[in-house]
Amino acid sequence: MIPAPFEYVRAGSLDEACRVLAEAEEAGEDVKVLAGGQSLLPLLRLRLAYLSALVDVGRLAELRGVEDRGDHVFVGALTTHDEVLRSEVVRELVPLLALATATVADPAVRHRGTFGGSLAHADPAGDLPAVALALDCVFVVRSDEGEREIPASDFFVDYLESALEPGEVLVGVRVPKLGPGWGFHYEKFHRTAQSWATVGVAAAVRLGEGVVEEARIALTNMGPTPVRARAVETALRGVPLGSSDGERLRQVCDLADEGASPPADLHGDPAYRRHLARVLTRRAVVTAGA
Amino acid sequence: MPRITVTVDEITYEEEVEPRLLLVHLLRDRLGRTGTPIGCDTGNCGACTVMLDGVSVKSCSVLAVQADGSEVVTVEGLSSGQEWHPMQRAFHAEHALQCGYCTPGMIMAAIDLVRNDPDPSEEAVRRGLEGNLCRCTGYTNIVRAVRRGAQEMAGRHD
Amino acid sequence: MTEQLDAGLVAERIAESDQLSAPSGDREIGRARRRKEDARLVTGRTTWTDNIQLPGMLYVTFLRSPMAHARITRVDTSAARARPGVVAALSGRDLADEQGSLPCAWPVTEDIVIPDHPPMAVEEVRYVGEAVACVVATDRYAAADALEEIEVDYEPLEAVVDMTEALTEGSPKVHETGNRAFTWRFAQGDVGAAFRDAPIVVERDYVQQRLIPTAMEPRAVVATTDGDSFTLYSATQIPHVLRVMLAMTTGIPEHRLRVVAPDVGGGFGSKLQVTAEEVLALLLTRRIGRPVKWTESRSEGNLTVHHGRDQLQRIRLAAERDGRLRAVQVELLADMGAYLMLVTPGVPLLGAFMYNGIYKMDAYDFTCTGVFTTKMPTDAYRGAGRPEATFAIERAMDELAHELGLDPVEVRRRNWIAHEEFPYTTVCGLTYDSGNYEAATDRALDLFGYDTLREEQARRRAEGDPIQLGIGVSTFTEMCGLAPSRVLGSLSYGAGGWEHASVRVLPTGKVEVVTGTSPHGQGHETAWSQIASDALGVPFEDVSVLHGDTAISHKGMDTYGSRSLVVGGIAVLSACEKVKDRARELAAHMLEASAEDVEFADGSFRVRGTSQGRTIQEVALAAFAAHDLPDGVEPGLDAETTFDPDNFSFPHGTHLCAVEVDTETGGTTIRSYVAVDDVGAVVNPLIVEGQVHGGIAQGIGQALFEEAIYDAEGNLLTTTMADYLVPTALDLPEFVTDRTETPATSNPLGVKGVGEAGTIASTPAVVNAVVDALRPYGVRDVRMPCTPERVWRAINSGTSGASGVSEASEGSHGSGAPQSSQGSRASEGFEGGGR
Repeated sequence: MIPAPFEYVRAGSLDEACRVLAEAEEAGEDVKVLAGGQSLLPLLRLRLAYLSALVDVGRLAELRGVEDRGDHVFVGALTTHDEVLRSEVVRELVPLLALATATVADPAVRHRGTFGGSLAHADPAGDLPAVALALDCVFVVRSDEGEREIPASDFFVDYLESALEPGEVLVGVRVPKLGPGWGFHYEKFHRTAQSWATVGVAAAVRLGEGVVEEARIALTNMGPTPVRARAVETALRGVPLGSSDGERLRQVCDLADEGASPPADLHGDPAYRRHLARVLTRRAVVTAGA
Repeated sequence: MPRITVTVDEITYEEEVEPRLLLVHLLRDRLGRTGTPIGCDTGNCGACTVMLDGVSVKSCSVLAVQADGSEVVTVEGLSSGQEWHPMQRAFHAEHALQCGYCTPGMIMAAIDLVRNDPDPSEEAVRRGLEGNLCRCTGYTNIVRAVRRGAQEMAGRHD
Repeated sequence: MTEQLDAGLVAERIAESDQLSAPSGDREIGRARRRKEDARLVTGRTTWTDNIQLPGMLYVTFLRSPMAHARITRVDTSAARARPGVVAALSGRDLADEQGSLPCAWPVTEDIVIPDHPPMAVEEVRYVGEAVACVVATDRYAAADALEEIEVDYEPLEAVVDMTEALTEGSPKVHETGNRAFTWRFAQGDVGAAFRDAPIVVERDYVQQRLIPTAMEPRAVVATTDGDSFTLYSATQIPHVLRVMLAMTTGIPEHRLRVVAPDVGGGFGSKLQVTAEEVLALLLTRRIGRPVKWTESRSEGNLTVHHGRDQLQRIRLAAERDGRLRAVQVELLADMGAYLMLVTPGVPLLGAFMYNGIYKMDAYDFTCTGVFTTKMPTDAYRGAGRPEATFAIERAMDELAHELGLDPVEVRRRNWIAHEEFPYTTVCGLTYDSGNYEAATDRALDLFGYDTLREEQARRRAEGDPIQLGIGVSTFTEMCGLAPSRVLGSLSYGAGGWEHASVRVLPTGKVEVVTGTSPHGQGHETAWSQIASDALGVPFEDVSVLHGDTAISHKGMDTYGSRSLVVGGIAVLSACEKVKDRARELAAHMLEASAEDVEFADGSFRVRGTSQGRTIQEVALAAFAAHDLPDGVEPGLDAETTFDPDNFSFPHGTHLCAVEVDTETGGTTIRSYVAVDDVGAVVNPLIVEGQVHGGIAQGIGQALFEEAIYDAEGNLLTTTMADYLVPTALDLPEFVTDRTETPATSNPLGVKGVGEAGTIASTPAVVNAVVDALRPYGVRDVRMPCTPERVWRAINSGTSGASGVSEASEGSHGSGAPQSSQGSRASEGFEGGGR
């Protein structure tokens, strides 16, 4: 399949990218930012999307890289999944991001696909949105008007729809370090190695003497956006993770799908997804706490 | 139309391309590098895998304009004349191909895998090839070949 | 029919006995030769059809129906025609007078309904993806753009997606003639009597889901003409059949049409077809006078490459209390899709003689009804009919074992044909020439560690482990090596099953083998070289194998049905023998001896008891020079043969699968897989093992992953590889394979077909394992593919319901069918599955 024609602008700077996007918006044109293109190009090839132009930000070094900034790690939007995985900083300081990124697509796609691109794509079946939500990441966004910050809880608006306004470019994401005592896990359940998560669970758990003191849990593909499992987070406090009281953990994790509105598709109907969310949450919590 | 410069298998080309031209179509239709085939339109099958600036990519999911200034290595660039790349030899030796349509992509993905993991376990090979589909072999011999190729590649550099 | 089958089953050896001599160290046959084909494939110097560029070539793209069923009320191509680079934009009406109807070569009954099948729809579309218009342009991109400018108005008609509903009174009709294509029946023995007082009756319904073959190379066609003759390059398995059929369909005289199958990237039956695109490419090049190329995209292919399987099966076993079978009764509904394509109606018949499997019984009854629906037509997919049969009988044997409390291997032992009983004529009238089910099974059990795994299973069950272990058994045979022409005739097939080969020893002593088989990954260039090398005593490297071009290989029946070695390979051997006979005569003349005194060994003709001799290369040069030939001997050293087999080929084997089922998520992981196949003597063990590996993978694909899903409006939901799940390396285990060797007696090499065996065997092995894991939960079936969701539902909804075994004394076998599986037949159709 072959994409429909579009104009192409290779941005020489972030400012230029913002300016071009602003002009396009004024002209009422349908313009998108091209980063790695690993989600966008298949959509264009299948002609599921038609654009008047692409603004290629792929060469903007300022959008690339991982940086330890004290209480958080800043991950540039253009950092590829592969670079995220190779980053010592990520692996040591925000390991949940590494765990989830390792499950994204395959090596070749991870060479091209970018951290920011997959978040901006806002696919609830993607693995990274749940991580961003669980960790309360902050999205740093630039436009012609300047820079603004969007908390993860506001960033994912609907299916394939983020809080990015037309004319805005995602610069990077602040990924909070949770400090000592936290354990992490991303539990992904899918039909084949290539297929999207039927359900995924991003979990961060802080234990004190075998008992959960704090937990952060978000779910992949359990609604039009990633879903924070607040009920579980609350109920988990004080729950021991040892095998002695498995039933209590089970009951708590059975709250995982509260507030979710899972989709029905070829890989599962809502009831099955709700069930999976409960099982996988329990597993994610146990592994994160181990 | 954008004008790009791209080096493919050590030959430099200057081409005017439509922005929407896929890298794989540049290779196949414009440059005659038909060794890299196309197997799908969603980036799943990996048949079109090439090296772009030293790392594996699916050339159906890259625009030619994105490759401007880059170096591409295809399966055709791995061997010169009768001398094959160790991974090509390993695929032959282990009977890791039948129809051979996935083979160029498999070999490129395998070389990329070994670049990162010079002595991969069976599990590592399977994980490294998850983006490349084969319909003929059931992968058993491909896994054997990649591990053998890794040994040969290591031996060559000793 | 049975009589004719019987008549064709006399094994006969055709070649000299020295071909059967024990392998010597330097024999090529039996050697794990690395493939000759690989050189171009690993280096990218391939000739896939899409690689072909001809001067002035144009690109074709097809506009396809978005509606499953509709009347076409208007097609306007004018805006498309006006776009830059567009050479032509045509609708079905524009081509109606010349396009003919796509052929169906297998009218299985006298009263079969074969609807008109225009390559491009004119009045009505009957499946999503049917071509309604096309654009021909100077490049791919221009063609794709112009396609969107074509306007088509449709008047929607009702979709017909469910076979059961399609057969009910008042169902919307796919064709005016109704939705029943045919009903075909085959019965042997007194089935009624066998069931009437049977102590045990097992009745089960199974769903063979619809599959998309998914060869890695999408289809592609290049057509060109010089104004007089035509050449068609196509990613096809069947250049020879295609040439005949295209000549008949298009009116292009056969002698003016050359068909070439260049490098072809897999087929698995999907390229055993005469496609709309092939016909239309020829018509377009004829109309425009320039070469045209069409290459499908994967998403286009998922819609329009013929699909496979799609049957609803009801199987009933009548058995004694000790597990011995009395009879098998089978009723099938087979989804034809919207039209009958090349062998669409014949596919279920290829399984019709196989539901008895490897077992002995007295009576057999098979009925199949072909049903039209508004979906892509089905046709051959790896195994074609036999995987369905093997699945049903092997699943049902496990059910029988379960109902009787017997080990599934034991119940098979009590029923299978014992080694000493071969050749054995089955209840279906086929004569299985050779086999040793005991040996293959014992070897497989050993490699698998069957008893140890059973112990672990018991332990996990006792402990209530959330990860349960399941063990699946599949002991299979199949009929392949298509096929004795006489038998095909008796089944109303439109052609024969012979194969052709010619062999020429060139003046320099090198050998060219021309074969009518058409490999697309099977390695014939290597294997035929091995055969010729042994037969002629020439080095392996000195043999070239030519194929896939009707101008080079003028005669052939191509590659499918695991036929190439057992029919085509034997033809090669036979042609070599003829060459040798001619060479012997000339050698005798050269040696001034009588031919009877000249013996042949290691590539040389020697006068018996002397050291005097001539190499075959010397003889070839003499035959070329022709300076001194005996009277009546023609110059040159070559010969050809057309070989028609007397019998099918019956490979067999035992496949064992261990799965771990996560009872919380429903996820299934294959822990180990052991296959011991008996494909008789082996020409190249490497190639055989590769065929088995790939076959197993495809069978596992059906068992666990793959399904073409249509919604209630007839839209295909699995149009991309993101939705139609082909297993990756991570989803499959390392296969453990071994072989037993019971030579076929039906051919001089003792070989049997291997191309489909793995696929036929593996699907039931895997599903049996999944169900076995879930027995403690009362589960006795999981519909394929056994997705995590289905497994989870099976555990929780208990397909444990009513027993499928009825006691004869209660006289209720008819109503003993499981409620759940009856429900699945009546209401789930193919789209539901709990979604």
